[in-house]
Amino acid sequence: MGSSMAIDASDIRTSPGSDEFLKGIWQQNPIFVQVLGMCPVLAVSNTAKNALAMGLATAFVLLMSNMVVSSIRNYVPRQVRIVTFILVIATFVTVVDYLIQAIDLELHKSLGSFISLIVVNCLILGRAEAFASRNTVSRSALDGLGMGVGFCMALLCLGAVRELLGNGSLFGMAIFGDRFQPWVVMVLPAGGFFALAAWLLLFSWIAQVRARRVKIEEATS
Amino acid sequence: MSESSITAVPESGSDQAQVWQMYRAVVGVGIACALVIVIVYEVTRPIIQRNRIELRKQAVLDVLPGAEGSAAFQLTDSGSFASVSVDSDAENVVFAGYDEDNVLVGLAIEAQGMGYQDVIRLVYGYSFESQAIIGISVLESRETPGLGDRIETDEQFLRNFESLDVRLADGGGQLAHPIEFVKPDEKTAAWQIDGISGATISSRAVAQMLNESATWWIPRVWKHQADFLRDRNGQQHGN
Repeated sequence: MGSSMAIDASDIRTSPGSDEFLKGIWQQNPIFVQVLGMCPVLAVSNTAKNALAMGLATAFVLLMSNMVVSSIRNYVPRQVRIVTFILVIATFVTVVDYLIQAIDLELHKSLGSFISLIVVNCLILGRAEAFASRNTVSRSALDGLGMGVGFCMALLCLGAVRELLGNGSLFGMAIFGDRFQPWVVMVLPAGGFFALAAWLLLFSWIAQVRARRVKIEEATS
Repeated sequence: MSESSITAVPESGSDQAQVWQMYRAVVGVGIACALVIVIVYEVTRPIIQRNRIELRKQAVLDVLPGAEGSAAFQLTDSGSFASVSVDSDAENVVFAGYDEDNVLVGLAIEAQGMGYQDVIRLVYGYSFESQAIIGISVLESRETPGLGDRIETDEQFLRNFESLDVRLADGGGQLAHPIEFVKPDEKTAAWQIDGISGATISSRAVAQMLNESATWWIPRVWKHQADFLRDRNGQQHGN
């Protein structure tokens, strides 16, 4: 949760609503920039379907808990705020757990205990503590939605690459045909680290190129 | 020590108000959360139940190679088996699998037991012909991903259940050899189960629950195996 504390300053600053939404997707992307919640990210991004389901489940919990935490923020004394936040988060995780069982039992099986572990995803408590407990409901909802979509997209990026390389398929559909020799390592735990590292490389490279371009523009103007 | 005990005891009225506020917040949120969970549980329960039955139906066909259809039988007080609906969630039910000519392939029986994290539920297939367990399928487990959950994926482990000897002793009252759990690669007899290294607890749990379930069920179903037979048109013999 260290990095979520570090960005407090930018959270308190007032900004238009669209910024609250967009920052989670790009500038402060929970996975590629803040590198939060790595446990589910590495564990269940082995196929695109698992990654998408996990991302949607986390996004739902994030959005709902952000809204509830923000709406009760003036009513909860500081001393018990963490207990209350965890209670709210755990409730929504339980709800998600039942919903996934009702939607697809096989999916529930393949996500296994990681659904329950959303409770301890530091991204969710981090946003509740750093943002929702200090902002209005609507801004917190936008923040939760943005972070949730950002988390979901990043997880899907990882899952898609891992499934494509490790299994030659995407959402269970064969892409490369029979002649493709799958890189089994990509669906194994080590592959999660490889894929994450590659995406992080790509993102910091983009950030560097951008920074350089800004510098050149400044110099020429 | 003395300092902390002083701060913990409310001394003035404002402290008491503060304690009351904390109490109100935590209990209030707790009650609201409990309500939400109860409502969602009640709404989703019938759907989840239906999904479970669907999954079990599929698992019955999976553990009985060659089976095309299945029927459920409940153990009656007299010890014989009576046909019940496949969709029922009654207790003491076994499932019979039939091939396309309505010949009995075997029985699928549910077993459960404590794993490493939580209860593991599985279905195993039993063949009267070979007097052996011919397949297992895990219905529910929360074993550690990558370690304990290999009871579902480890090919070498699953090979234990292609033909696991559960033949009955003379007299038919009990298994000739109880199912035994042995260390990986130490299997010497057909009634032994090779464990998985790195998933010892989970694989031993599977062996134990199979042994318990087989010890109880196999003598009972063996005695009344005629109850499960069908004629060519799919009519149950007993009924």
